[in-house]
Amino acid sequence: MFDNLSDKLELTFRKLAGQATINEVNIGIAMRDIKRALLSADVNYKVAKKLVEDIREKSLGESVIKSVSPAQMIVKIVNDELTEIMGGENQPLNLPPKKIPAIVMVAGLQGSGKTTFCAKLAKRLKKNGKNPILVAADVYRPAAVEQLKTLGQQIDVPVFSVEEQDAMKAALGGLEAARSGAKDVVIVDTAGRLQIDEAMMAEAAALKNRLSPDELLFVVDSMMGQEAVNTAKAFNDRLDFDGVVLTKLDGDARGGAALSIRQVVEKPIKFMSVGEKVDDLDVFYPDRMAQRILGMGDIVSFVEKA
Amino acid sequence: TKTRDTLKEKLAFVSKGKTEVDDEFLEELENILVAADVGVETTLDIVDAITERSKGKTYRSEEELNAMVMEEIRKLLVESSHDHPVDFDAPLSAKPYVIMIVGVNGAGKTTSVAKLAHNYDKAGKKVVIAAADTFRAAAYEQLKIWADRAGVPIIGQGQGADPASVVFDSVSSAVSKGTDVVLVDTAGRLHNKSHLMEELAKIMRVAKKKIPEAPHEVLLVLDGTTGQNAVQQAREFTKFVNVTGLVVTKLDGTSKGGIVLSISRELNLPVKYIGVGEKIDDLQLFDRGSFVEALLEKENGKAEG
Ligand SMILES: Nc1nc2c(ncn2[C@@H]2O[C@H](COP(=O)(O)OP(=O)(O)OP(=O)(O)O)[C@@H](O)[C@H]2O)c(=O)[nH]1
Ligand SMILES: Nc1nc2c(ncn2[C@@H]2O[C@H](COP(=O)(O)OP(=O)(O)OP(=O)(O)O)[C@@H](O)[C@H]2O)c(=O)[nH]1
Ligand SMILES: [Mg+2]
Ligand SMILES: [Mg+2]
Repeated sequence: MFDNLSDKLELTFRKLAGQATINEVNIGIAMRDIKRALLSADVNYKVAKKLVEDIREKSLGESVIKSVSPAQMIVKIVNDELTEIMGGENQPLNLPPKKIPAIVMVAGLQGSGKTTFCAKLAKRLKKNGKNPILVAADVYRPAAVEQLKTLGQQIDVPVFSVEEQDAMKAALGGLEAARSGAKDVVIVDTAGRLQIDEAMMAEAAALKNRLSPDELLFVVDSMMGQEAVNTAKAFNDRLDFDGVVLTKLDGDARGGAALSIRQVVEKPIKFMSVGEKVDDLDVFYPDRMAQRILGMGDIVSFVEKA
Repeated sequence: TKTRDTLKEKLAFVSKGKTEVDDEFLEELENILVAADVGVETTLDIVDAITERSKGKTYRSEEELNAMVMEEIRKLLVESSHDHPVDFDAPLSAKPYVIMIVGVNGAGKTTSVAKLAHNYDKAGKKVVIAAADTFRAAAYEQLKIWADRAGVPIIGQGQGADPASVVFDSVSSAVSKGTDVVLVDTAGRLHNKSHLMEELAKIMRVAKKKIPEAPHEVLLVLDGTTGQNAVQQAREFTKFVNVTGLVVTKLDGTSKGGIVLSISRELNLPVKYIGVGEKIDDLQLFDRGSFVEALLEKENGKAEG
């Protein structure tokens, strides 16, 4: 495939020699390029189809400015469209200042990066003057509690856990520990689960009901393919989560799943995880993600981090 | 009425009322295959093959059209196969036989190591596990629990130790104790991080110091929900270590793992095992024919809308 949508479009328009404007003929070919680019970036095919139709409408209506080529013009339209879908502005974590303790709960598929994210978030909140506690409500995965404890030690944040294989008991105990220990934010880590695992989904729903978290975050691997949409939708139907955390963005996946999820469940992406270390967390920038999906680099946010 | 849920049903539906391949048909076909994560390249190859074959042709019935489509799909997905699943009780080419497990973060490496240990142990082979993930929090503790469940010994040096040195220890111990299989669990690493990839190459070099042919197998573990990036993963890992096969995990979900078909076509890597759950016996030998059939029969998540 090609690496960069704008190069590809330039090529397309160059082949259609003498076509300095956007018209019905060249737009058709350009749209096919755009759709393939989106599919190659793992954007859900239905979302890609709808997007391409919208972009087509917008492009045709646009009178091309003299100083830019039709290809550049279309790239701009595509980029703006993606950014808008992705939510435009960054949406912060929404913890009510007066509620003590505020509660954050995470959920997601196995291995998506939930436990690591919990530690990263705790560290971040601590830096912002909060006094968090981590709760190990993954009572199934071998050494899940140990993992959270090790991370808690690294960032000097206490971890609450129970001996029994009872996620509810861990969560409620953690809440209690927060109250008695004057903690102002409780972060509840949960086990990875498949959306088709009825018992495990019911457990997550029960946890949500009892805890009434202020932020229930769906953690998703940015390398996910077409299945991301179904997964996100199923978790959202069941848990009505508040936001999304996109992980492993230090990799080279285009991350089109982010776009599909955002489009289909209409929940904001709040954070991006960009590494294995406890500091590797960043707020989510829709515009940069749009550029990344289009293969136009996402250097800025990594440069800023360093 | 029953909706079009499986890939097969969807494909049959595209042919409905049609006796010719037109643009609309091809567009739908492309959508259906992409949705199964078959990969854009493979999808386009299939679409091209069908376009070519149907050029100027009219089929007698929609059934005949559908049969042609299914034949082409199976041809590309099944017959380009190089897989040769070997059962656990088959004799191994070396003793100790060293298998290194690699892959990106959270793919299912450690769980797969446990499952392999269990299977080799069940087949009467003497197994040792090398805990060469010395980086992730509680990686050793996790592996230790699994080793106990599988009833096999584990060799490790604790967090922060040099993974290559753990492997050297394990291989040495296996040589002296007459162990049949050494399973090396490595830390998750993204393929675009060259220093971490170099570390893998170093582990290989150190293993070779003890046994020149080691590792006899390098299994790349891929998460079945991964999309296009899986091809990139396979490409990069094969640059640093001689990957001999793939393990595709988490296929107990609704994901179809279609991307491995692209990988084995593009990189010529056989799929050896699939992971179908979180328990120790949730590992199966890969059988391409039934994998493709399962792909075709798998229901789509109801949520897709
Ligand atoms: N490179 C990279 N690795 C990450 C990131 N986030 C998490 N990881 C790694 O991904 C793997 C899985 O992370 P976990 O936090 O254990 O994931 P989880 O969702 O809690 O997994 P389960 O509890 O098994 O469902 C670990 O190796 C983490 O170090 C990230 O942003 N970048
Ligand atoms: N449903 C399902 N879950 C799996 C499967 N294989 C592994 N998992 C789960 O995926 C998560 C990650 O598995 P691990 O074996 O720890 O993955 P890893 O590649 O060793 O992870 P790191 O060492 O952190 O890179 C765990 O929650 C496992 O239980 C599978 O076949 N099906
Ligand atoms: Mg976890
Ligand atoms: Mg592991």
